[in-house]
Amino acid sequence: MVLQRLSRPIALVLLSVIVLYPLVWMLGSSFKAPDEVLNNMSVFPREFTPGNYADGWGHFDVNFGRFFVNSAMVAGLTVVANCISCLLAAYAFARLRFRLRGFWFAIMIGTLLLPGHVLIVPQFVMFKTFGWVGGDWPYAPLIVPQLLATEAFFVFLMVQFMRGVPRELDDAAKIDGCTPYGVFRHVILPLSRPALVSTAIFSFIWTWNDFFRQLVYLSDLEKYTAPVALTLFIDSSGQSAVGPMFAMSVLSLLPVFLFFVAFQRMLVEGINTTGLKG
Amino acid sequence: MSPVATTTARQTPARPPAGPAAHQRRGRPARPKTDGIAGYVFLSPWLLGLLAITAVPMLMSLYLSFTNYDVLSDWESTEWVGLDNYRTMFTEDPSFWHAVRVTVTFALVATPLKLAAALGVALLLNRSFRGAGIFRGLFYLPSLLGGSVALAIVWVNMFNRDGAFNSFLAWFGIEGKAWVNDPDFALGTLILLAVWQFGAPMVIFLAGLKQVPNELYEAASVDGAGAVRKFFAVTLPILSPVIFFNLVLETINGFQGFTSAFVLSNGTGGPVDSTLMYTLHLYIKGWNEYQMGYASAMAWVFLLSIGLVTAVIFRTGKFWVHYSDGED
Repeated sequence: MVLQRLSRPIALVLLSVIVLYPLVWMLGSSFKAPDEVLNNMSVFPREFTPGNYADGWGHFDVNFGRFFVNSAMVAGLTVVANCISCLLAAYAFARLRFRLRGFWFAIMIGTLLLPGHVLIVPQFVMFKTFGWVGGDWPYAPLIVPQLLATEAFFVFLMVQFMRGVPRELDDAAKIDGCTPYGVFRHVILPLSRPALVSTAIFSFIWTWNDFFRQLVYLSDLEKYTAPVALTLFIDSSGQSAVGPMFAMSVLSLLPVFLFFVAFQRMLVEGINTTGLKG
Repeated sequence: MSPVATTTARQTPARPPAGPAAHQRRGRPARPKTDGIAGYVFLSPWLLGLLAITAVPMLMSLYLSFTNYDVLSDWESTEWVGLDNYRTMFTEDPSFWHAVRVTVTFALVATPLKLAAALGVALLLNRSFRGAGIFRGLFYLPSLLGGSVALAIVWVNMFNRDGAFNSFLAWFGIEGKAWVNDPDFALGTLILLAVWQFGAPMVIFLAGLKQVPNELYEAASVDGAGAVRKFFAVTLPILSPVIFFNLVLETINGFQGFTSAFVLSNGTGGPVDSTLMYTLHLYIKGWNEYQMGYASAMAWVFLLSIGLVTAVIFRTGKFWVHYSDGED
């Protein structure tokens, strides 16, 4: 009887150990000496080696801080772009009446399931024709699509959210003389803050972790984002580089982890619609 | 609980969203029929994006797939090659078939395992007890981190010859090998990495489980059903729309795996093409070998295949997905 009552907690604790081990091991290993980074399965270093972080930071011709700044810039601009563009589109779908609305809405839902990899070749060709690939500021191809609400998933999330906002508020604002623009400015925008926060958090995390698009568009070492720079370690991965590689990997996961700690509840609960990309 | 959660939790995710037309029928004669051009003003960024970032590139890639475009030379020297790219793909490029096999294997193995893990753990957590929220958060964490390059790097090294996994096996006197360099096991380590990220579907399952009405379990108990019977007779059918939703999404995600395979093989798809995911092959063709025409053809075959797979899942869904009316 006691055993039966304890089986659930025991199973959960065991499972947590398995699930968390790679993360904790990664953190511990980033402080290990070169000869123990990989084979020491303990999460505690035998020889505490914080120097891995300094080594990793200065491992390439461009120091790693540059890559983090680039990543943060791309992610930050993406967040702003997604929040603005998706909110505008969502307001139209959720609240305004216009011809062909149902048709466009169906198309928007359809693009949710469109695999991004299908478009990457022609988009690359197109942006290259525009002269946006390479150059001093090669990030336009990563951000302009977000400015045009192509992340349909966030449009959908915001539409769902706005449907929960009572229409009486719109009506009251209209009686007070608000145009559709006024309703947006004074009713929907202030009330949509939770949806905007969700969008911001998920855009940040996904962009921060994104690899394929950044790999395709960034070719200058100085312009690399953190994930692209991390792959350089794989090339040079002798024993000596493993510690620094782990150290930089830990650092690059840190922002996502902090977001998780700060918004844990919201992330987990928001995922009921956001599970789309989980 | 945040307002997002309250609005989203109530809607079973698998259910198609009520079309915007639903609001229109409420009949408020006092209002004008449309909001004038305001709708299109607000929609304009999205419309422009649909046109410029989605529709035109799609048509363009269809066109490119019939050419030998290579990015490097100018448009004048690009030639129409008809179906050559498609013919090469199906008959002359053995790596293409390797990629298909790897991708299908990955999706077919990783998706069911991941969903089974997600459902199993969701059932464990579907009781209110102290700490349930903490476990839920912990299990969800890998879904946020697992898709990154950083985590793939660590994962691959964990399963290397001198990695931690082999140190663990050594406890039991088993001598491991370089799993990630072995064509028979490399993909397996990537599947494990995918399964490790079971948290996202788990959270969706948990929301679904909350919707199962308690009366059904009580009725089943009265009829003398045991725990196993209840699971198959009550939980599974009620949960089937959520399972369906997760199955569609995870399958589509599975087909698109790229990052972990790129990291494991350093962008080559090796050892011996054993981790050559379809998207990785597409990347190699397009960006290492500059065969953009060929890569476009691959992208279209990919799109049609995913469409076909999704259609098949939807078709079979008719036989096993139960929508309960009126419950919610």
